[in-house]
Amino acid sequence: MTAALLALADSRLPAGGHTHSGGVEQAIAAGIVGDPRSLEGFLRRRLETSGAVAGGLAAAACRAVTEAEAVPDGGLARVLVALDAEADARTPSPALRAAARQQGRGLVRVGRRAWPHPVWDALPGHPHHPVALGVAAAAGDLTARDAAAAAAYLAITGPATAAQRLLAMDPITVATVTARLGPDVDAVAADALARTGQGGATATVSGDHRTEVTGAVSWAPAGAAVGTWLPADTDPLMDLLAEVHTARGDRYFAS
Amino acid sequence: MPPDHNLDDYVDPYEPGHRHGGPLRVGLGGPVGSGKTALAAALCRTLGAEYDLAVVTNDIYTTEDADFLRRNAVLPDDRIEAVQTGCCPHTAIRDDITANLDAVELLESRHPGLELVLVESGGDNLTASFSYGLVDVQVFVVDVAGGDKVPRKGGPGVTSADLLVVNKTDLAPMVGADLGVMRRDSDAVRGGKPTFLISLREDPAATQVAEWVREQVRARAVAHA
Repeated sequence: MTAALLALADSRLPAGGHTHSGGVEQAIAAGIVGDPRSLEGFLRRRLETSGAVAGGLAAAACRAVTEAEAVPDGGLARVLVALDAEADARTPSPALRAAARQQGRGLVRVGRRAWPHPVWDALPGHPHHPVALGVAAAAGDLTARDAAAAAAYLAITGPATAAQRLLAMDPITVATVTARLGPDVDAVAADALARTGQGGATATVSGDHRTEVTGAVSWAPAGAAVGTWLPADTDPLMDLLAEVHTARGDRYFAS
Repeated sequence: MPPDHNLDDYVDPYEPGHRHGGPLRVGLGGPVGSGKTALAAALCRTLGAEYDLAVVTNDIYTTEDADFLRRNAVLPDDRIEAVQTGCCPHTAIRDDITANLDAVELLESRHPGLELVLVESGGDNLTASFSYGLVDVQVFVVDVAGGDKVPRKGGPGVTSADLLVVNKTDLAPMVGADLGVMRRDSDAVRGGKPTFLISLREDPAATQVAEWVREQVRARAVAHA
């Protein structure tokens, strides 16, 4: 672990996260979240779905970069595009896709100046946040494990802070709820990392269309799409909350 | 960072683009009810025919001020962008300006000839100020009805804004505010930077402020010539 991980996981990193509630604003409006207990349940549910998905994508993106020397010319860009498409496929709600890309764009804006690295130019425009996060981790000389941990952690800290603001909750209580989920965050990150495999870096890239990128990196079995083994746990509740939320004219948060 | 860590020789390849061109970005900040939106509307009316301009609003709720500007037909819809500030209007203009940069960049891409962007903050308090990563110059708007002690209380908005506007001078007799005191206190803490005492009710064109904005646009054009 290095200081770069602390910076990436810090809510004060100016990447726009503070304008997103991770669904908690609508969950509060719907009466699903209203106290520390219900907040903890919401955060756990989010961690195990979108947190796991984000962790897998971030770890895979980070590995793709750190093992990029074994990928032929242009291969890295194609792997990142493929991972971005995997993120789309795991995010049925258009509102959530937009929110993820908005946050990815914000992270790229600060990341490419804070941690200069050629890989930023290999990213597709407006990438999903977890893909950008994996790239930022690699650019900051972090590991795929770090990337997964940051993604899983951010999946709960954003909504926790939003709930604190919206419900005027005791900040120490919210910090306690978040800390209590620490072991679960670690477990989700470890699982996400494991799903990227542990093989060496002997990658080949074939196919031109992004959905046909196969066997792009060593951890994916030959012939399998890049993201086949990454977590794909979606949550219809989060999708519905996001879609109802985006239509509101009286919301404080972007998502 | 180069290997020798010598920042004198370091050329940042990722300097923000707006420093080298693009529209002048003017921040309009100040406490709730001081007249930020009224000033934005006035500037749109007065300057809209002279400049290719657009507005970003930062409201408590998404669209209150944006709707006001639309209702008053000051600007077409595609020249107004509202951002959500996650209950923290101050954070969105100073500490993490991402959402506002997104909005400005969206307007710039939609209107490539844009010359002036007004970024109106959400109503905040006397400690509010804009990051210069977001705006080129900033105007802080307070009002007479808030009490004539406001300039003396200071805060970054009052002391450091490029222009301080004291609005609603027409209300001074009604609220027992001494405009002379406000003028004197403002001048004392602003280190020579301008302060305008105005009444948007009496001068809906915001003549003095509009002229100041024109000067800023000209100065920027010279600086980037």
